[in-house]
Amino acid sequence: MSTVVRTSPPSAQVSAAAARGSSLRHALHAEWTKLRTVSGPAWLLLGAVALTIAISAAAAGATHCPRSMTCPVDTAKLSLTGVQFGQAVVAILAVLAISNEYSTGLIRITLAAMPGRLTVLASKAILLAALVLVAGAVAAFGSMLAGHLILPGNGFTAARGFHQAWLSYGPALRATCGSVLYLTLISLLSLGVAVIVRDSAVAIGTVLGVLYLFPIILAFIGNAHWQHRLDRWTPTVAGLTIQDTIGLRNLVITPWAGLGVLALWAAGALLAGGLTFLLRDA
Amino acid sequence: MSAQMMSRAGTGTASRSASRQTGFGGLLRAEWTKFRSVRGWVIGMILAAALTVFMGVFAAANATIGCQMNGGPAKTGKACLPYVPHGPGGEVVSDSFYFVRQPLTAHGSITVRVTSLTGEHADVSGQRVQVGAGSMVPGLASWAKAGIIIKQSTKQGSAYAAMMVTGSNGVRLQVNYTKDTAGLPGKVTAAHPRWLRLTRSGDTITGYDSADGVAWTKVGTARLAGLQQTVQAGMFAASPDYTVAQKSFGGSNYEGGPAQATGVFDHVSLSGGVPGGTWTGTAIGRGGPVGGPGRPETAGTAPLRQAGGTFTVTGSGDIAPVTPGPGSSLPTVTVEQSLVGVFVGLIAIVVVAAMFFTAEYRRGLIRTTLAATPRRGAVLAAKAVVAGAVAFVTGLVASVISIAVGVPKEENHGQVLLTVPAVTEARVIVGTAALLAVAAGFAVALGALLRRSAAAITVAVVAVVLPFLLVGLNIVPSGVGAWLLRVTPAAGLAIQQSIPRYHQVTNFLSPVQGYYPLSPYAGFAVLCLWAAAALGLAFVLLKRRDA
Repeated sequence: MSTVVRTSPPSAQVSAAAARGSSLRHALHAEWTKLRTVSGPAWLLLGAVALTIAISAAAAGATHCPRSMTCPVDTAKLSLTGVQFGQAVVAILAVLAISNEYSTGLIRITLAAMPGRLTVLASKAILLAALVLVAGAVAAFGSMLAGHLILPGNGFTAARGFHQAWLSYGPALRATCGSVLYLTLISLLSLGVAVIVRDSAVAIGTVLGVLYLFPIILAFIGNAHWQHRLDRWTPTVAGLTIQDTIGLRNLVITPWAGLGVLALWAAGALLAGGLTFLLRDA
Repeated sequence: MSAQMMSRAGTGTASRSASRQTGFGGLLRAEWTKFRSVRGWVIGMILAAALTVFMGVFAAANATIGCQMNGGPAKTGKACLPYVPHGPGGEVVSDSFYFVRQPLTAHGSITVRVTSLTGEHADVSGQRVQVGAGSMVPGLASWAKAGIIIKQSTKQGSAYAAMMVTGSNGVRLQVNYTKDTAGLPGKVTAAHPRWLRLTRSGDTITGYDSADGVAWTKVGTARLAGLQQTVQAGMFAASPDYTVAQKSFGGSNYEGGPAQATGVFDHVSLSGGVPGGTWTGTAIGRGGPVGGPGRPETAGTAPLRQAGGTFTVTGSGDIAPVTPGPGSSLPTVTVEQSLVGVFVGLIAIVVVAAMFFTAEYRRGLIRTTLAATPRRGAVLAAKAVVAGAVAFVTGLVASVISIAVGVPKEENHGQVLLTVPAVTEARVIVGTAALLAVAAGFAVALGALLRRSAAAITVAVVAVVLPFLLVGLNIVPSGVGAWLLRVTPAAGLAIQQSIPRYHQVTNFLSPVQGYYPLSPYAGFAVLCLWAAAALGLAFVLLKRRDA
């Protein structure tokens, strides 16, 4: 990474020009160079895709609907089970995108080269979102393909009233595209947290807490008021309603509104991150 | 931080002599100094304890809401609770059944032939459970039961031994709510009746069964400590709620409704009874037929019909331990439900423990450390021990406070605390602390293996938390879920299970209710194996790899 650093701000004039002119484009280019020249991000993206598809396929493969039973199974949601794991890898990627700069001290060089801090953060966010969008699309559509191939063999056939976990069925398409957006928003939320916290360990701990603790608390709380609140307003519980394709009437928040709640969390985290990034000494 | 650690490590010669003199103890002291001198880590551990308590108490304080019974005024909290009987072992039990009884003296026996066991239950197939005359449908709950019982008194929760036929579990000998022994298998019919016998000799009761009333087989013997001179003996019938559990993805569906069972007895003989004794029918608890006295929902069946030597007894309820879960007859809460905060504590502890190793790589301190102590395995072990010990103490403090504060809150919210012996409660508390300690060791090993805190923390957290989440929220099918909770590090959470799984009670088994597929210690051993394997691998790699 250090070799990249030396090449990316070649001279003071260039960086001054970058700050003046199309700074975002240059910042994006710089961030892209940083990302593609180390192996970590590529492996993490690959890992997220592989893990998501593998877990989804395993969950689909392990689920059978015996002939004698009615199975209240949401085939789309089942096919996308791997997103529960993939999001952890995406979170690592997002956290490292910023905290690696802090741990190596690179952040001081970055900010010296590009004094527009919001530009730096925006370029990181855009690049991260774009990469996760692509990887998430491969992961989600791959998972749906796996489910499409596996589930009919396990008794989830159209003849028995199961919608094929496939994209010609509107809600399944929404669940799939929504999962891609979900992963992207998770990455932005993680980036925001990482900018605030700076340290990679604390940041990943915080993000994993946000991802996994709310559903657990929810499982333990019997109080209907709190259940309702948590169902509606926690990032992962509300966000993952985008995967629901059956029992939509019983949801306390509609799928797109649920994803909107996650988007609010991500926006809030990025905003808070942006503010601290602006106001704080690197 | 690095400056402090540098000074601690000192020069190579000094520390080498120190390590020669003090050995592993000195290494431990060095690692402890590294740990306590980083303010962030100490704060992290305090935060871990505080968040654990907060989340546990929050969940406990919001465990349930009010109730409204039989159209009466809405009530909340303890006012919701009916009388809760406790069994001879101190556990919360259900003890409701219809009892046709006579006094029995210190020596005697009761023998009957059961020719039929039938039942009716509320229709649970519709959208709403229908209760009421005309809406009952025929069918037997699998643990519907009818048979003979010798019981200390008619007081709920008193000691007993009973021989019974069941809905689909054959003949059983059950003693004092928790013990269950299988007898003859198969369903009872007029063509295949079951003969049951209980004999009493002082405080020892022996159960026999027979298919023909000639060849008897001993099913088991029970000692009911402190059984008084005159006890109650007779026939009974009971049926727990008829339940249909459907585990699905993204939610569980649990339908249940009241049920009753009817047993037909003949060839009834009692020896050792009190002279002049006659058969008296009594509903124990709410044990009459559905709709009988105390069950005003429907116009009920007569609980006892007698024709010649044939007794037809109808009852509802159950004689069994109360278990946590939606199938239970009471709103229950377990001791470990106040410990849900352990997941927060776990994340915080794993973060600190992983950093405890990865920070050495980040600052390049590892080279100094390994120069000072060339025994790399000992460095790893010392770090694991220090992180584990700190996690243990943190976990212990947090668990004790969580239970001390959370459990009374749960009880005040109208939940029945499923009491456990002090030894079990101690195992839950100390086990939780040990769970965190082993997880910390696991995280240290992962930190040494992966050398990156983000990756180490994610692996450690995901390995413990995610299987629980996937199974608890029914995201994966139950077969896969049971497998996940056997082989992943999440198996260690079983150490928190306080109520054993009773196969004689139908309930919905979920780790959220405190049920794990492995026994507490076996599950904990699985986590220990993972930690040991990670430490072993880290040991090998640390030796081979260049720092």
